[in-house]
Amino acid sequence: MHEVSKTSIVSVCKLGSRTPRPSGLHTFEPPSHFWVDAVEIPAASASTPSDLSRLAPLVDQLRQRFPTDRLLTQPAQLAPYESDGLTAFRVHPGGVVLVQDASEVVTVVRLCHEHGVPFVARGSGTSLSGGSLPVAGGLVIALNRMNRVLDYQPRSQTIVVEPGVVNQQVSRHVAQDGLYYAPDPSSGPVCTIGGNVAFNSGGAHCLKYGMTANHVLGIKAVFPDGELVELGGRSHETAGADLAGMFVGSEGLFGIALEIVLRLLPLPERFHTVLAAYDSLEKAGDAVASVVASGLLPGAMEIMDKLAIEASEQAVHAGYPTGAAAALIVELEGPEEEVAAEIPRLDAIMQASGAYELRVAKSAADRMNIWKGRKGAFSAVGRLSPDYIVQDGVVPRSRLGEALAEVQRLSARYGLRVANVFHAGDGNLHPLILYDGRIEGQLHQAELLAGEILRMCIRLGGSITGEHGVGVEKLEFLPEMYGEAEMELMNRVRQTIDPQELANRGKLLLSASDVGKQSHAPHPLESAGVISRA
Amino acid sequence: METIETTEQLTHFVRNQAQVRVRAGGTKPATSGNANVSLVNLSGVIEYESSEFTITVRAGTPLAEIENLLAEQRQYLPFDPPLARAGATIGGTVATGLSGSGRFRYGGVRDFLLGVRFVTGEGQLVQLGSKVVKNAAGFDFPKLMVGGLGRFGIMTELTLKVFPAPEATRTVVLENDNQSDALETMLQLAASQLDLTCLDLDDTNRIRARVAGSDSALLDRVARLQQFSNIANKVIEGEEELALWQAVGEFQWVPAGYRLVKVALAPEQIPPLISDLTPGALRICAGGHLGWIAWPQERPGEELDRVLAQHCCPGLAITGDWHSPLIGEHQGSAFARRLTLALDPESKFTNPQPVV
Repeated sequence: MHEVSKTSIVSVCKLGSRTPRPSGLHTFEPPSHFWVDAVEIPAASASTPSDLSRLAPLVDQLRQRFPTDRLLTQPAQLAPYESDGLTAFRVHPGGVVLVQDASEVVTVVRLCHEHGVPFVARGSGTSLSGGSLPVAGGLVIALNRMNRVLDYQPRSQTIVVEPGVVNQQVSRHVAQDGLYYAPDPSSGPVCTIGGNVAFNSGGAHCLKYGMTANHVLGIKAVFPDGELVELGGRSHETAGADLAGMFVGSEGLFGIALEIVLRLLPLPERFHTVLAAYDSLEKAGDAVASVVASGLLPGAMEIMDKLAIEASEQAVHAGYPTGAAAALIVELEGPEEEVAAEIPRLDAIMQASGAYELRVAKSAADRMNIWKGRKGAFSAVGRLSPDYIVQDGVVPRSRLGEALAEVQRLSARYGLRVANVFHAGDGNLHPLILYDGRIEGQLHQAELLAGEILRMCIRLGGSITGEHGVGVEKLEFLPEMYGEAEMELMNRVRQTIDPQELANRGKLLLSASDVGKQSHAPHPLESAGVISRA
Repeated sequence: METIETTEQLTHFVRNQAQVRVRAGGTKPATSGNANVSLVNLSGVIEYESSEFTITVRAGTPLAEIENLLAEQRQYLPFDPPLARAGATIGGTVATGLSGSGRFRYGGVRDFLLGVRFVTGEGQLVQLGSKVVKNAAGFDFPKLMVGGLGRFGIMTELTLKVFPAPEATRTVVLENDNQSDALETMLQLAASQLDLTCLDLDDTNRIRARVAGSDSALLDRVARLQQFSNIANKVIEGEEELALWQAVGEFQWVPAGYRLVKVALAPEQIPPLISDLTPGALRICAGGHLGWIAWPQERPGEELDRVLAQHCCPGLAITGDWHSPLIGEHQGSAFARRLTLALDPESKFTNPQPVV
């Protein structure tokens, strides 16, 4: 057994997510080479030794309730659950239970509470912030099998789903009635609604339509102590405090959502999608500012820089303007007549913006292709570099130009390439920091660079995360964005809900016992070899 | 009642009082009747960045002031907060969670509040959420403040998302023969691709559907709306249209001697609810998700409380005397209780009323 730090998770978690799995993968199957260099960490390595002694009796209890094919405890079975979209971190869970319905989740959570064993809820494991990283010696509650639509009311434009329902399945389920579910994270073909709720996922349409929280009407959840709670309901309106809204984005710290009521919207009748090529990023940024100033409210405005365009084009062949310094996607949507009236206004702006090439999607297939190029950009960047970090920060839209110039300056200073993909409409940057993990020290440099970008976002009055959440990745930065009083308040809220810190420990907030002990030293569990990096 | 002028005075007040109940504009007396502190002087716009689509204001700022300022830049609050003419403030609007008919298209006040600064029950001033339109960092306290009735904190500053105002608007009034036809038409319009801004149904089976957008497309869109429903209708424009929606937003339809109550609805709850509401009147907004009930003064409030509870509808009393402004069925007391423990351990904001 490894020597284990006696304290629970302390302070600085390292930044950095490496090479998310390609989208389109429907179950977690890490590439075979992925584990080759892995340091085998004994399952016995736990965040606290006492967690370990508690695990065995819990597993005994679970064995009486779950068949062996749904209660995984063998190292080989656990391997796929060691990590999520933030592959720089890996932890051996103590066990994984594959639940099939809400009552099983409640049973498991109550047993975890009774035995004092930490648990992590997990869907498809696409979190880019390490949101579903297991706790050593803790239990992973895998929710993918809870993928039923429980109720669907097209006339009320609501749907009730289990947490394991995949994001894009919702829109597919309701398309026959001319409806859709607006939040569209790039991982939409894989990621689950439960994870979207926990991390308040975004997508490309947030300026106009908001994030996941804006589309969740009601939640039935189990608190970490096993108490059931219902929040909100089936109305698009609320009366009384918006408790469902408060639950969304709590990163699993408030427990597990068992049923989620979503708001659906009528599908726009017409889309008008323009792809513009620029010889400088500034011109693309100025074009966005002009669109905003014109009074138009496009459904989406996305920018990709040279590197991102090249990567995406190699992977997806969507006909992006290779060689361009920037590509801008602007999409109008709405009733036929309204879009027709807005097109000349947008055209005039785009003509004046200095775009050297303008392409308008001619068909639904053409439009999908443009979006495929954009949404596939993250994984496509994997072609340019053995490893990369996906960063997620927000700046006020008017400071995008300044932010990008700073990212370029940092890129030059660190000698690392940075590809930029961003939701320009809402100031949400996604710098992709390219590095080679086989080169000594490069991961560290990439992480430092990523950290500097986050601090820039704070300095410019933005946020350290627009849609990926804090997770493990940004624990260190949350106290830089908020003050001491705010952090204390968040910790108190957590304490009243989960004093034992059993639910998704190590994400969003430091353990209460470790608050104030932050340092820039390496993560102690990492030093102890408990948390490892691929 | 003490009128505070600064945030410091407010934190001091909270620290030194056993109970704190706030009011500002006083336009929703059922929610602020027992107030002991007024925020009406904690007023003014702090920051307005039209290019960012964001505005930061003090809690006591009148809605009218904000709307006028936004209008200068051709922007607006899409959730269409009611009672602006009556003197409602932004803080009161958020604390009661009130949105108007315009919430149909882009969502309610919950969807436009980005950040808040508020005083906790221990007199601590905190700032949560953010000033940018997209943020996923930390617990979403701004949501908790929406409709929270000051039970989790007293807001001092708010940052809201705003949108560009449409160039032009028209309203089509559709006359239906009976209630079931009216409901059916409303639901079909709600699910249509006509992209309506408002979709209301009053207690005389009259639907008001508002179209907003580019000037040059408006007439065609109105024609399509008329064809879509294919029933007797009238198009209203100009001053008359503005006056119509202003009257809706000020609840001028509520007869003298009636109290106003908001109810959150799912459309399928409407027919059975209406039959149980007599002699109250129900006006429906937002395609069947938001209801306004006029309840006769002389009828006991408990009666309406009971009806709403039977139908599993959460309600909020706006005017008149009530035992508690929260009537009907409210979920989530287990969560609210725990949040109060963290935010207001001495229950200064909830005494003497119970949480939810």
